Amino acid sequence: MRKNFKQWLANKSLLTALVLALAVVVSPFAQAADISPERQKALIHQLIQDCGSCHGLTMKGGLGPALRPQDLEDKDSESLADIILEGVPGTPMPPWDFEISPGEALWLVKIMKEGTFNAQ
Amino acid sequence: MPNRFLDLKKFWLFLIPALLLAATIGGAHAGELRGTGDLGIIIERAASRIQIIETTTQTKLFTVEGMGDLSHASVVYSRDARYAFVFGRDGGLTKVDILTGTIVKRVVQGGNSIGGAISQDGRLVAVSNYEPGGVKVFSSDTLELVADIPAVYDGDMLSKTVGLVDAPGNRFVFSLYDAGETWIADFSNGDTPKITKFKNIGKLPYDGLITPDARYYIAGLFGEDGLSLLDLWHPEKGMRRILDGYGRGEEPLPVYKMPHLEGWAEASGTLFLPAIGRHEVLVLAMNDWKEIGRIPVHGQPVFAMARPDGRQVWVNFAHPKNDVLQVIDVETRQIVKTMTPGRAILHMEFTPRGEQIWVSVRDRDVVEVYDTATMEKIAELPADKPSGIFLTARANKTGL
Ligand code: HEC
Repeated sequence: MRKNFKQWLANKSLLTALVLALAVVVSPFAQAADISPERQKALIHQLIQDCGSCHGLTMKGGLGPALRPQDLEDKDSESLADIILEGVPGTPMPPWDFEISPGEALWLVKIMKEGTFNAQ
Repeated sequence: MPNRFLDLKKFWLFLIPALLLAATIGGAHAGELRGTGDLGIIIERAASRIQIIETTTQTKLFTVEGMGDLSHASVVYSRDARYAFVFGRDGGLTKVDILTGTIVKRVVQGGNSIGGAISQDGRLVAVSNYEPGGVKVFSSDTLELVADIPAVYDGDMLSKTVGLVDAPGNRFVFSLYDAGETWIADFSNGDTPKITKFKNIGKLPYDGLITPDARYYIAGLFGEDGLSLLDLWHPEKGMRRILDGYGRGEEPLPVYKMPHLEGWAEASGTLFLPAIGRHEVLVLAMNDWKEIGRIPVHGQPVFAMARPDGRQVWVNFAHPKNDVLQVIDVETRQIVKTMTPGRAILHMEFTPRGEQIWVSVRDRDVVEVYDTATMEKIAELPADKPSGIFLTARANKTGL
């Protein structure tokens, strides 16, 4: 059941990756530059506070896994963005697509991989 | 008349040395003698700092700096309620003298800790760790390591540990999130614990509580619609499922912050618990552990805290509804008040007899104090991104 799900996720990730990749090429909406500074600030606040309640405020891990640069470097950005948007059913990881857009999810993955936000 | 004069002279003879003595003692301890019964701690998460507060006149007494990473920090108290043991996310365990506002000792004991407990006799402090998964036990006196209990399962896997509480008989009880187990570590025969393991208690236990009578341990399950119950009077009977299928097979709603089971309400033999994946508070009968009701609330409840007399239950919520506070009247099981103090209401704590409740409102940088009879705000204290609030009455409660 769990395995099937992972497979499903992998397939789905591939699809989303394609769509996202297309979106990145075709549409400027998914570009970080298009996320306003206020929205970027709000997203960082959310990353630290809301995501931090499970992943640790410094992304060192908690009930959810660690999300530091070294934890994410080998992982595909689009799949990670997909997890953020869709969640992982059967685990506490909830879907965030009700308030985070695909472009914003990718941007979150980017700053998590770079580790370029201040834990406050 | 002369007699009187003599008395007066005697009086001064006594008073002057007494005053001098008082001044010396007072000077040395930077304050007058006082008890700790109305004291408590507010965690200022972002600032690595705690405030020591006093609830009689709602004032701050001290701030203590240099506490490390205080995200998700929690506190237990020594049995004399003078020392606080603060558990930080960075694995820091700090012993603080709340009468002087100073750090007595600080050790970094693990990579990523989630909370702790103190033994019935007050001798041992246990810390629950996510990384490396397990429980470490320290001397409350020296903070030296007494026992290390790695949460090993499936051969060589380490599980995150959650829901750590103390139980009568110098026992600690906790659950293994990844393994779906509950363990008892019994220290009644000294520093080498006897471990009893309960396997297959259910998927992804995320927190645990001990009932106010210190008899039952309940683990909340994330992966399943139900809870797992252990009778600590009869551990040989094993754990059993209660409230099985309380979700009635409906798809659970997403949970944006994990609920805590700590704030049970025991009123007329009932227990109030936050449901998981549904916007409800569950009501259980404690005699047969059956559901006797559920109360629809504003969002995913995080804490459902009972006033010490059991008449009210105050509930806060997960993101994105964490700006609301609701009060349930236990008798009618109705919501009698809904308030919006501000974004990120993270924690609540009643004064020991329940006339006040202290509420941290993180994004407004304040702790609010309410009169629980009128449900009106009576004070507000500035605090830098406040999270947990822990009053000394916890010193005398099993499981806290
Ligand atoms: C309620 C707890 C919780 C919250 C809140 C939460 N997560 Fe998670 N997250 C988890 C858990 C648990 C997992 C692991 C799921 C699994 O077992 O596959 C996870 C997995 C992930 C992963 C995949 C990591 C990997 O290495 O595969 C990413 C990325 C992630 N979360 C990002 C976020 C972001 C971004 C937020 C905030 C917008 C967030 N999470 C909020 C619990 C949470």
